[in-house]
Amino acid sequence: MAETNKIGKDIEIKKKNRLKEFLESEFFFNYKRNIPAIIGTIIIIIFLLMATIGPLLVTQNPYNLSEIQLMDAYKPPAWVDGGEWKFPLGTDSQGRDILSSVVYGSRISLFIGLTGMLLSSFIGTVLGLAAGYFGGKIDSFIMRIADIQLSFPATLIALFIMSIAGRGIDNLLIALTLVGWVIYARTVRGATLSEKKKEYVEAGKVIGLPSRKIITKHILPNVMTSMIVIATIQVGTFILTEATLSFLGVGVPVTRPSLGLLVKNGFDVLFSGLWWASTFPGLFIMLLVFGINMLGDFLRDELNPRLK
Amino acid sequence: MFKYITKRLYQMILVLFVVSIIVFFVMSFTGDPVLMMVTPDATQAQIDRARTELGLDKPLITQYFIFVKNILRGDFGKSYVFKQSAIKLIIERMPATLELVFVSVLLSIIVAIPLGVFAGAFPNKRSSKTIMLGSLLGISLPNFWVGMMLIFVFAVHFRVMPSSGRGEVVNFLGMRISIFTADGFKHIILPAVMLSIQSLAILLRLTRAGMMEVMKQDYIKFARSKGVLQNSLLFQHALKNALIPVITVFGIQIGKIIAFATVTETIFSWPGMGKLLIDSINRSDRPVMVAYLMIVAFIFVLLNFIVDIVYTSIDPRIDLR
Repeated sequence: MAETNKIGKDIEIKKKNRLKEFLESEFFFNYKRNIPAIIGTIIIIIFLLMATIGPLLVTQNPYNLSEIQLMDAYKPPAWVDGGEWKFPLGTDSQGRDILSSVVYGSRISLFIGLTGMLLSSFIGTVLGLAAGYFGGKIDSFIMRIADIQLSFPATLIALFIMSIAGRGIDNLLIALTLVGWVIYARTVRGATLSEKKKEYVEAGKVIGLPSRKIITKHILPNVMTSMIVIATIQVGTFILTEATLSFLGVGVPVTRPSLGLLVKNGFDVLFSGLWWASTFPGLFIMLLVFGINMLGDFLRDELNPRLK
Repeated sequence: MFKYITKRLYQMILVLFVVSIIVFFVMSFTGDPVLMMVTPDATQAQIDRARTELGLDKPLITQYFIFVKNILRGDFGKSYVFKQSAIKLIIERMPATLELVFVSVLLSIIVAIPLGVFAGAFPNKRSSKTIMLGSLLGISLPNFWVGMMLIFVFAVHFRVMPSSGRGEVVNFLGMRISIFTADGFKHIILPAVMLSIQSLAILLRLTRAGMMEVMKQDYIKFARSKGVLQNSLLFQHALKNALIPVITVFGIQIGKIIAFATVTETIFSWPGMGKLLIDSINRSDRPVMVAYLMIVAFIFVLLNFIVDIVYTSIDPRIDLR
């Protein structure tokens, strides 16, 4: 018993030291003085809160038909003449509260951005490691595909896939993964090629470690930092791509409107002066992506040793 | 150099070949074009006849070769909606798109290069930091939304700009161009501004990065100590070398602008090939989609090719092998 307690305490001390180490690191020191990065973090946290507990706080569920009333349609934002504080950002042509729609929409946008990034990074990393570590035919095959794909804009490829596969969140995730894996594969392959030549990998081979272990335990941790930077920025890019596709009518289904689809719905009534239905969802996309990019920019400057 | 060009040409053809395979097979596995061609109450015999006429009863490989043969002759089939040659529909609308792309590229170059040079030469100034934050915002903007806001402010609220269409066009070298008329010029401003924002921001960041790299080098220090004036130091000595990496990325950026023109054209009802693509997607007009994809793929591959050639000829340090 005493033994396990001691081990537990050791682990606790180790954890504390890690936290202390982090707080005293150069990385954290620079972070504290980088105002855009801090603002970016705050924006991201607000959006994450909005996506998780937001639905509990807003006044209505915009997709529960019993909660919306046609009578409330076309209400302007609260601070404009004719607005009510019940609908702080106004209502759309169906009487849905814009703020509630935005909260539910951010949930979908964030989900797609994050899941798309996780899928792309996983597949891209596996392919990049395979290409870099094994080389030869596997390498030239994977990299040839990547080259061809990179000569076309990602949005256009995704548009092509979606126009054939049809609307749907699952299809969107597939499309985003198909365009998103390339950048990870390239980065990881490059890093693996340079790591592979180093002595510690040679040493691992000499003592008879299996390739799988050398890759996951020794090479992967070394490419992690560049992956974090790419992944952060990619979440923002994916949210924008999803919004664009949804705006064009080939993104999320009508029943699960993301922020992009909300903007599109607002576009149809923009000419009749109903500006708030498209302005606010768009503003939220901008804020979210700007926040992600501000943090991503800081991470890139900090973690990318090439730029230092 | 000649050897290099032939090698790149060969690669170009290979890429187009792969694209044609992907486009053809993906298209064949989705939906039945015969059902788009015949009337809804057609009998099985009529459907079968249409299938034979289109050659869709043959094995896929044979169909693919027919497809490639037709493409090489410039035949992409007829649009289901317009009942016209798909390629002709696209060629007709191409000048409108290229005009929009051209104005946007010009706009981003004019704004981005001076700002990028400034931000790269004096990276620690507060104004440089503001410029960089602004460019980050430019990358973060959903550009379709920017277009809508431009329409709302300038067309709906203040009524100073038209919200859609191309305005008056004139014939210029056989193409219908609108920038040469006052009305057409007014029509192109908002869509061009919308389309240029993202590429402007990216070009600015690239120019800045290039400048920061160049400003550290000895020949700049030497020129400075020799007493070269600030402006000629920045724009002649430094910018020339800073732009070399910019050219590669910006070539690809032009391709992106062509792709994003689909969004701009949809919002501003600009009668270009991008709007045609979106309309065709919504109406499942497959021949037009295929024709668009193949033509745009050709444009991209050509752009990459030109960029590579320009890049290697302006930078003598590059090894052609």
